[in-house]
Amino acid sequence: MGSLKDSAVSGSNPLDSPVKQIQIDGLVVLKIIKHYQEEGQGSEVVQGVLLGLVVEDRLEITNCFPFPQHTEDDVDFDEVQYQMEMMRSLRHVNIDHLHVGWYQSTYYGSFVSRALLDSQFSYQHAIEESVVLIYDPIKTAQGSLCLKAYRLTPKLMEICKEKDFSPETLKKACVGYEHMLEEVPIVIKNSHLINVLLLDLQEKSMVADKHELLNLSSSNHLEKSLQLLMDRVDGMSQEIVKYNSYCRNLSKQQQQKQQYLQRRQQENTQRQSRGEPPLPEEDINKMFKPPQAPPRMDTLLIAGQVNNYCQNIKAFTSQNLGKLFMAEALQGHSS
Amino acid sequence: TPKPVLKVIVANVVSNCFCQPPTSARGQQQESHGDLRSLSSSLFIIILHFLYEVMAVHGPVVKIHPVVLASIVDSYERRNEGASRVIGTLLGTTDKHSVEVTNCFSVPHNESEDEVAVDMEFAKNMYELHKKVSPSEVIIGWYATGYDITEHSVLIHEYYSREAPSPIHLTVDTALQSNKMNIRAYVSSQMGVPGKTVGVMFTPLTVKYIYYDTERIGVDLLHRTRASASRTNGLTTDLAQVASAAGRVQEMLSTVLSYIEDVLSGKVMADNSVGRFLMDLVNKVPKITAEDFESMLNSNINDLLMVTYLANLTQAQIALNEKLVVL
Repeated sequence: MGSLKDSAVSGSNPLDSPVKQIQIDGLVVLKIIKHYQEEGQGSEVVQGVLLGLVVEDRLEITNCFPFPQHTEDDVDFDEVQYQMEMMRSLRHVNIDHLHVGWYQSTYYGSFVSRALLDSQFSYQHAIEESVVLIYDPIKTAQGSLCLKAYRLTPKLMEICKEKDFSPETLKKACVGYEHMLEEVPIVIKNSHLINVLLLDLQEKSMVADKHELLNLSSSNHLEKSLQLLMDRVDGMSQEIVKYNSYCRNLSKQQQQKQQYLQRRQQENTQRQSRGEPPLPEEDINKMFKPPQAPPRMDTLLIAGQVNNYCQNIKAFTSQNLGKLFMAEALQGHSS
Repeated sequence: TPKPVLKVIVANVVSNCFCQPPTSARGQQQESHGDLRSLSSSLFIIILHFLYEVMAVHGPVVKIHPVVLASIVDSYERRNEGASRVIGTLLGTTDKHSVEVTNCFSVPHNESEDEVAVDMEFAKNMYELHKKVSPSEVIIGWYATGYDITEHSVLIHEYYSREAPSPIHLTVDTALQSNKMNIRAYVSSQMGVPGKTVGVMFTPLTVKYIYYDTERIGVDLLHRTRASASRTNGLTTDLAQVASAAGRVQEMLSTVLSYIEDVLSGKVMADNSVGRFLMDLVNKVPKITAEDFESMLNSNINDLLMVTYLANLTQAQIALNEKLVVL
């Protein structure tokens, strides 16, 4: 892991990070699916830790374990202790005990939040190659596995380190909502023995394929997605209003400052003409305190989230359009 | 329970049939022997068969999730040098007639010719940790890789019977002795004459595989890694998924069509049940008049297009906002 820090992260190429590809074992996929299915119903998120190792420019994820939910009687529950114990025990049975990231389930794609940013930042700060795996169970239930891996871009890492989210720093760093998270391609790998197991399972289990993917009904999913999108856009507009009022206040203050200076000049010239000593220069800045610049991080997050929603909706509609055209072809032959 | 009663019956029948009748003429003896032997052997077979059915029905059905098997195979691949098999605990839920195995973890153990040592502290700890995540899972048994059940298994099974009532023992043949990964489940029961030497018999149970819907989809994806040489597979994009699903349906349709052609040309005997299914299939395509279908199709397409337009508009809006702020 240490040797990879030498590879230059110039920032010009968006994927010029130490991790170019993620390789997941089939076992991890099954475990994540099972965890959500059993413990996370509704809009609760389930989280867990990924274990694995780094090979050249690939991140191999070989195992994972879930985190318990934060429920009522968890006042004395120590997350760190749970993690330590779990990793120690797994080391006994030769499972890779290197922390390489964490996973989280999501509800209709709403995962770009402050909490995620903070967690991923602390992970990436400690371990450079860590990723967060986002598992979308609703999209998976619609027909095919939806698992994505994200990392924070180096620019965003810099900003988070400084903890300075004012507009000026963001402007300097040119961080837009599109440059917050970068996606890393995923590849699934199975060992030979697991392939044998899969062959066996296929023979023995006669569970019919449900063909969820060819389901034509779309209104439910669209409704929920659009509702979430509307909420976020509302939040976005509030942020914009805040920023606009800040800008207006700032410019008003500038005007007032100018006026004050002008008046001072005039008075001073008058006094000079009368022969009196000029008034002392007063500290302008103390008189006109500049208004507080609103932190831009929330706006960025909301923008990123809205972008994500839009992408998901577009993917969903494209799939459904394809299915509708197929249905038309089917009808066309019989009518 | 009927099980021990039946066993006693079998024992009696066997002992009665196979022991010599005390006094008879020699010729008669042979004949009666022959008759009796064949009668007893057939009776024995019938009763055994009956017993097997009965036992297989009376014992719980074991339903396994694929994640458990994948976990077992993975821990087998990571076993210590020199260990020929791995063991571990099975977690899950029990029901009146079935046992559902949903999770497992491996337990370090040492096995040699004459002794076996299992790290029980470890097992307890791991179970506590797992309980924090899923409080509804309980210990329902244990697993071991390998084909046979050895004497050590009996000892380990005894330990597990202290943890759970009537634990299940699962064997997964990872060494592929019979060119297949035989997955078997057993439940132990006492055997022998009560009061004298008592042994333990492992009776087999029926094993079924059970999937959640999402698990099914995940397993389908994993199947595709078999096709590639490097055993890897990427995740496909959206339209490609629809295309592949359509391709699968097309394949199935062509299989059915070729079967129909065979039947029509007389190569294959027509099967009435298949014919009924085919009629169901053809009737499933809904009969809608052309105008109704046009209007339905168009309204749906319009909905989707409108949503796409909205999404694009929103994205353009936030991009603009971004640029304005940065100015």
